[in-house]
Amino acid sequence: MKKMQVWLGVCLFVVVMALSGCSTTKEASGGTSGEEGNGGVTKLVFWTFVDAHQKFYESMAEQWNQEYPDQQIELEATTIPYDDMHTKLLLALQSGVGAPDLVDIEQSKFPNFMKGVPQLVDLTDMIQPEMNNIVQSRVEIYSKEGKYYGIDYHVGATVMYYNRDILDQAGVNADEIKTWSDFEQAGKQVLEKTGKPMITFEGNGNWSWWPAISQQKSDQVDADGNVTVNAPINIETMNFFQKMVQEGVAAVAPGAGHDTEEYFGYMDKGNAAAVFMPFWFMNRFTDHIPDLKGKMIIRPMPAWEEGGNRSAGMGGTATSITNQSASIELAERFLAYAKLSKEGNIQIWKQLGFDPIRTDVWTDAAMKESNKYTDYFGDDIFDTLLGVKDEIAPVHIREKSPEVFDAVRNKAMPEIFINLKDPEQVLNDVQAELTR
Amino acid sequence: MNSRTWAPYWFVLPFILSFLIFFAYPLFRAGMMSFQQVLPGDVQFVGLEHYSKLWNADFQAALWNSTRYTFWTLLLLVPVPMMLAVFLNSSRMMARNLFRSALFIPALTSVVVAGVVFRLIFGELDGALMNSILNVFGIPRQQWLYSSSLAMVALVVLAGWRWMGINMLYFLSALQSIPKDLYEAADIDGAGVMRKFTSITVPMLKPITIYVITITLYGGYSMFTESYMLWAGKPSPQNIGLTMVGYIYQQGFQYFNLGFGAAIGITLLVITLLISMLQLTVLGMFRKED
Repeated sequence: MKKMQVWLGVCLFVVVMALSGCSTTKEASGGTSGEEGNGGVTKLVFWTFVDAHQKFYESMAEQWNQEYPDQQIELEATTIPYDDMHTKLLLALQSGVGAPDLVDIEQSKFPNFMKGVPQLVDLTDMIQPEMNNIVQSRVEIYSKEGKYYGIDYHVGATVMYYNRDILDQAGVNADEIKTWSDFEQAGKQVLEKTGKPMITFEGNGNWSWWPAISQQKSDQVDADGNVTVNAPINIETMNFFQKMVQEGVAAVAPGAGHDTEEYFGYMDKGNAAAVFMPFWFMNRFTDHIPDLKGKMIIRPMPAWEEGGNRSAGMGGTATSITNQSASIELAERFLAYAKLSKEGNIQIWKQLGFDPIRTDVWTDAAMKESNKYTDYFGDDIFDTLLGVKDEIAPVHIREKSPEVFDAVRNKAMPEIFINLKDPEQVLNDVQAELTR
Repeated sequence: MNSRTWAPYWFVLPFILSFLIFFAYPLFRAGMMSFQQVLPGDVQFVGLEHYSKLWNADFQAALWNSTRYTFWTLLLLVPVPMMLAVFLNSSRMMARNLFRSALFIPALTSVVVAGVVFRLIFGELDGALMNSILNVFGIPRQQWLYSSSLAMVALVVLAGWRWMGINMLYFLSALQSIPKDLYEAADIDGAGVMRKFTSITVPMLKPITIYVITITLYGGYSMFTESYMLWAGKPSPQNIGLTMVGYIYQQGFQYFNLGFGAAIGITLLVITLLISMLQLTVLGMFRKED
């Protein structure tokens, strides 16, 4: 009997050890980070879902170590697929173990991390002094109750990308298109002369509608977090866009979105004259639509009325610090160095091709230096951006946003653009469902 | 008290422990979570709130899709593999081993890879495989992944391609255990091929058929990856590809509504349990052996 009890004890011990093993290894990767190792080097763990962001931070860590030899950082950066990374982070923050020091969180996922008591470090003190140099809306979207929890890589200013060859063929001058009604007229001309649609819209995405309503200071969710999907401006905008589709001036993008293989192939063959997408879309052109090199030009979006906004800040990824970090202070200094400093912002353009949130670097000579983007679009990219700098209204990202984005993307857009249903009816239905 | 009395308990101990730790405990926790609002640093009991919100359009779409999918997979993945197994078990069949492995290979492919490939096959452009096949017959191209019924075709074809071989293998192994003398006796009695199939093969395959039906039912209701991959991880238009597990994932992890996700999970458990019980009762699994 005694023997049995001993065996039982051993078995239980083995099981308990095996189970706790899972958590101790997690702690080893997360918990020992941020502590000072040998020779005063501090290890910081960073998670992202974009390979290029990892490379950017690695290079910034290298520069940091050169500039601050007494506060050496060993950056352990990992790229994890988008959904996996956000899920892993949620679970780590929920369970209280295993989170990294620094982490990238995509804009539409951010509200999830603001629920309950935020497990991210309040960065307000760090951001406040730079407030006048940065586009404020790019930190507002990562805030809760007046405190800032993340810093974006870019502004995501939405611009119009025109295929100059097609416009020339139709005798249209992109610089003369000032308003959306000019745009529609020009579109009719393009359609008549070339048989091609002027523009494509996303049939299952948010990028063709959100920038357009944001331009008019409307949104899908208002500042207080109320759902405003069926606001009058939103319905009018949708009616106008749907009319363009019915006229043939606009087409629904193949693959129903602007980030699909089908669309890239379609655009590459010169099948549509324009598309409006945020600034970060440039790398889809350089990497996936190579044949249009030298043919594409970047211009502001048409305004809805003379003097109206000609751009909108769209998309984004914030870097945040988790409260599980053992050296929050160093992580903060490093984050400020990478994301808020002038040098860091120049590197964001040079390495990632984004429009950095510090607008004072937009006039820097470095912005005109030759790289794959200037080779593709010409070196006046930032001139266009400077022109619309003050025309970027903030978007509201609130607790309800992830659900609202999904409903708009997968319920409203296909109904309106693919099935051509009445926008007012569709948007009212979606609104009713979201506020049920 | 000797070791003989204890031995059986020792042998089953690992199973009991793993059952308790990896099944019973998580189930208990999930049950509890379904009555809670789970937020970082703020967990509260909310009573039946999640369950009262459960009956909504998304849930209905998910349940409807999963049920339809299960129905079609049952229709496709039980009789067809059974017939294939009978053919491949016959000594008159040529190149048996080649066909066996050809049919089984898809089961070895990762669902993720298969999903990506099928997304391209069911693409909306003229050049996509399914559309080029339609073109040959003069049928205009289809937007496969934007219509509810066509998307279901894509999902069922993917399921058929992937699971056919596995189910066939179950039937094959069962066929090989049917005593040959039964067929010989039938031959002597002058029974034809069809008579032998309906009177010997089908009844003798009953236990394995019930097993295949059960796992296909379970597989149907737990399907997630196929639909996730076909729409590239994005929500499908009008929720035409939303499944029950997809809905758990969406609520639990994409909206970080873990309590609500748990409530969906528990509901799914109850639904599958009821259907399985019904199925087993109808097929006579609980009847006492004569």
